[in-house]
Amino acid sequence: MGELQIMFDDFFTRALIAGIGIAIIAGPLGCLVIWRRLSYFGDTLSHSALLGVTLAYSFSFNITFSVFIISAVVALLLINLQKRTKLAGDSLLGLLAHSTLAIGLVLIGFLTSIRFDLMGLLFGDILAVDVEDITIVYLGGAAILLILYFIWKSLFSATVNYDLSAAEGMRPEISNFIFTLLLAGVIALSIKMIGALLITGLLLIPAAIARNISSSPRQMVIIATLAGVVSVIAGLFVSLEINTSSGPSIIVVALLLFIISLIPLEIKGQLQK
Amino acid sequence: MAENNNLLVKLDNCGVYKSSKWIVRGISLEIHKGKIVTLIGPNGSGKTTSAKMILKILKSDEGQIKNFASKMAYVPQKINIDWTMPLRVVDFMKLTSHINNLEIVDALKLTGVDNLLYNDIHNLSGGEFQRVLIARAIAKKPDLLVLDEPVQGVDFNGEIALYNLIKKICSTLNCGILLISHDLHFVMSATDHVICLNGHICCSGTPRSIVKNSAYIELFGEHNATTLSLYQHDHDHSHGTDGRVTNNV
Repeated sequence: MGELQIMFDDFFTRALIAGIGIAIIAGPLGCLVIWRRLSYFGDTLSHSALLGVTLAYSFSFNITFSVFIISAVVALLLINLQKRTKLAGDSLLGLLAHSTLAIGLVLIGFLTSIRFDLMGLLFGDILAVDVEDITIVYLGGAAILLILYFIWKSLFSATVNYDLSAAEGMRPEISNFIFTLLLAGVIALSIKMIGALLITGLLLIPAAIARNISSSPRQMVIIATLAGVVSVIAGLFVSLEINTSSGPSIIVVALLLFIISLIPLEIKGQLQK
Repeated sequence: MAENNNLLVKLDNCGVYKSSKWIVRGISLEIHKGKIVTLIGPNGSGKTTSAKMILKILKSDEGQIKNFASKMAYVPQKINIDWTMPLRVVDFMKLTSHINNLEIVDALKLTGVDNLLYNDIHNLSGGEFQRVLIARAIAKKPDLLVLDEPVQGVDFNGEIALYNLIKKICSTLNCGILLISHDLHFVMSATDHVICLNGHICCSGTPRSIVKNSAYIELFGEHNATTLSLYQHDHDHSHGTDGRVTNNV
């Protein structure tokens, strides 16, 4: 117990543990985001997360909970709007992303009495996580991964072909709905650490790295998770070493890994010529 | 009563209404175990929409659907697998069911593509992909199998073999089959019941009776209709595109 206590006392160790937790959740969800071409959807949810944070400050709610509720509401609103209007999905996403972001920023203006770290909100501050944050990440993350495990077959088959999945009794409408909530969940869990602007990066880039070097869906999920974990660890060490902001450093490392992952693709292309 | 036990799906005056018009309307049909029902009709006549109603992908906006099938398998007409998803044939075969590699290989052997087990699905040719789609549906051992133009892009000899396979599957699995096909030759020689669609059911019945139906003749033209009546016998020869007998196959 004593040793564990000492370990959690170190802010850097706490950051590492929290970051690794988030990367593990982001791996499989990121793959689904890429397969379903939902990167703008992720962006919209994370922009609306800002509104969630301001509401949390205004009414002194728990931030994670508040962000989850707002993201989930925005996601469901989007699905509903898609059914009602003739606007294309990307227009609706832009509409929701920027209007929720604007509402969030307007609300911040009213919160002059509270010391407010806008930079921290946009880019996160993983070095400020406390033991409670870590507990939330791991409990929430375990719940997300467990649910994902149970709906995986349905979700995956619907990703390949919705009609096929529906015809063969996989109930894709239910798993699609749950998946939307899970995405809102991962954004809520990571906003404090990675920030509203960079969350989608942590979802997308590891999965993109994995796509370059994997040949089956299972492989892609595993590699995406590993790539996320490596990015977090390396990014945090880099930020400690050369004193850069931690969130962006993680994303920059992920980008470097992505560039490296292009090399085997290039070689394969050359060999096939 | 025995007849009723074999009933898989019964549609009673069903239809789909979309963007302020009826895509199909007044569809009544039955599919029984061990029988092949075929939908024919021109483009946009609502064949795929009707199939989707039967598969419970689309809800019927009027009428009644009774579906007693416990396991349905579907070979869709079009399927696009996004390049962002790395998918091998073996992964695709397991898409909606838990089956082992042995069963997968057995099914792929039936359609002649067992050598493609670990191939990337994006690199298959149109005909190969079609064979994988059919194998996947068969491997599920369904009691209702719905095939929407299953042999598109398959080479000529393969087409005949696949149609024969479908016929065989129908009796070995004792499953009901709903087939959408443009291949009137197969339709007329192997189907138990033909339904001719054009937004509604123009006519339906056994192949033998339908070729004499005036609605059918109107839809497919005098020429096709009369040529087809020639096909009601076992073949020991094949026909050229102009209908003449060619014995070199």
